[in-house]
Amino acid sequence: MHTLPQQLANGLFLGSMYGLIAIGYTMVYGIVQLINFAHGEIFMTGAFGALTVWTNLPDGTSIWVGLPLMLIGGAIVSVLIAIGAERFAYRPLRNAPRLAPLITAIGLSLALQQAIFVWYPGADNAKTFPQLGTHPYHIGSVDIQRNDIFLVAAAVVCMIGLAAFVRTSRTGRAMQATAQDPDTAQLMGIDTNRIIVIAFAIGGLFAAVAGVASGLKYGQISYNMGFQAGLKAFTAAVLGGIGNIYGAMLGGLVLGIAEACASAYIANIPGMEQLGGQGWSNVWAFVLLIVVLLVRPQGLLGERVADRA
Amino acid sequence: MTALLEVEDLRVAYGKIEAVKGISFTVEEGQIVTLIGTNGAGKTTTLRTLSGLLKPVGGRVTFNGKVLTRVPAHKIVSLGLAHSPEGRHIFPRLTIEQNLQLGAYLRKDPAGITADIQRAYDLFPILGERRKQAAGTLSGGEQQMLAMGRALMSQPKLLMLDEPSMGLSPIMMQKIMSTIVELKSQGTTILLVEQNAQAALSLADQAHVMEIGTIKLSGSGQDLLHDESVRKTYLGED
Repeated sequence: MHTLPQQLANGLFLGSMYGLIAIGYTMVYGIVQLINFAHGEIFMTGAFGALTVWTNLPDGTSIWVGLPLMLIGGAIVSVLIAIGAERFAYRPLRNAPRLAPLITAIGLSLALQQAIFVWYPGADNAKTFPQLGTHPYHIGSVDIQRNDIFLVAAAVVCMIGLAAFVRTSRTGRAMQATAQDPDTAQLMGIDTNRIIVIAFAIGGLFAAVAGVASGLKYGQISYNMGFQAGLKAFTAAVLGGIGNIYGAMLGGLVLGIAEACASAYIANIPGMEQLGGQGWSNVWAFVLLIVVLLVRPQGLLGERVADRA
Repeated sequence: MTALLEVEDLRVAYGKIEAVKGISFTVEEGQIVTLIGTNGAGKTTTLRTLSGLLKPVGGRVTFNGKVLTRVPAHKIVSLGLAHSPEGRHIFPRLTIEQNLQLGAYLRKDPAGITADIQRAYDLFPILGERRKQAAGTLSGGEQQMLAMGRALMSQPKLLMLDEPSMGLSPIMMQKIMSTIVELKSQGTTILLVEQNAQAALSLADQAHVMEIGTIKLSGSGQDLLHDESVRKTYLGED
């Protein structure tokens, strides 16, 4: 169980989830320089949207039939909330001082948590999420759960899809232009408001996929699941270089693997027996962030932004 | 004959500070019109308002028979008004070719776009040689060529150039100025904002001198070039 390949695999799974959520932070930041601190809650509402679909399916429906429907349901909820947040909470503050949208984001985050807590039936406790089956696959000494296969596959599909979209589509090109110079993008005829909405929507979509994956992985979801996952994903986005979509995924993977390895191996170091195990993994995640930012303030794949003349 | 661009009593403010205080001028089709003046005279503000990036607090702008004042920036380029902004503002991490393609963002004729990219490379051969290179790696003068080429990709009726000679070597400046004359001969109307008054006046059909938000003096380029007060203030003679 504590073999290195197993820890790397565990880190890869966890990191894929961080990366999927981190895409939402990084895309929005890349285009409007806003940290959408409500993004963790967009992830959470996606999981609840998917669960709502599942509970309304007839009894005895196979999870393999239900899963695509759950993904669609979760995606609709997350994307609508993300777009709504942009339109009604952030857009009116587009030209306000930076602090205003930041505080709005924190407020929105609390509001969404409390809305689910109060109004979602039974959400004052953790809600059980359907499972893909409990028998793991064995590859050599490594145990792999089915839900983890789903998670990695989803992350790979999303990432390839996003890269292709940004690199080859006309809208993707407009997105790059808007991120680099929004005023000049408008001079080209690009409707930058539309591009911003698309960035929020893609972030919402990926957050929903991550929300479903998280429910499958842990077997339960809760109204406050977005806080820690969101914080970790934000860390991943900064670690990878905020604004860079590949950086978000890389940052997620590095963070996930570092956490898995730290909780397994730190305790083996003489004198650090007390600092290992699951309970300390968050600490090591943030230690890693601090160390990386000391050496490379722009993050792993971030570009050093030259001072504007 | 009605003017291609008609600006009437245009007022633009940043908060409470009025940067453009009610200016009026026209640009006739086929002309080169220039706005000259010192830093802070309101020239750039005027151009940014014409292209919709800033909203005026008063006045009227009519372009090709349409009132522009309430049209959002991203829709103005499709009416035939292109703006090459001050400081060039090329997209640094996209290639030269991608920058040019973005200039044609709203066009739907791939063959025409390809032909126009080729035209830009004919006009500025250095851009063609470096077409796959990130635009941020170009020199200042090359970036200026790219910004002009990109603005031309929308096939504008009126091209607005903001300080195209800024920071360029004399040779590069000559090249840019001769390109402006060449564009005019091909039928493009040009509104040129310049600090280099000598260069701008010598090729302008009409010129306006701006001072702290107002137009102080108007006339043909040649007239102003020989006007005593202009010579003193803007051409550095005493």
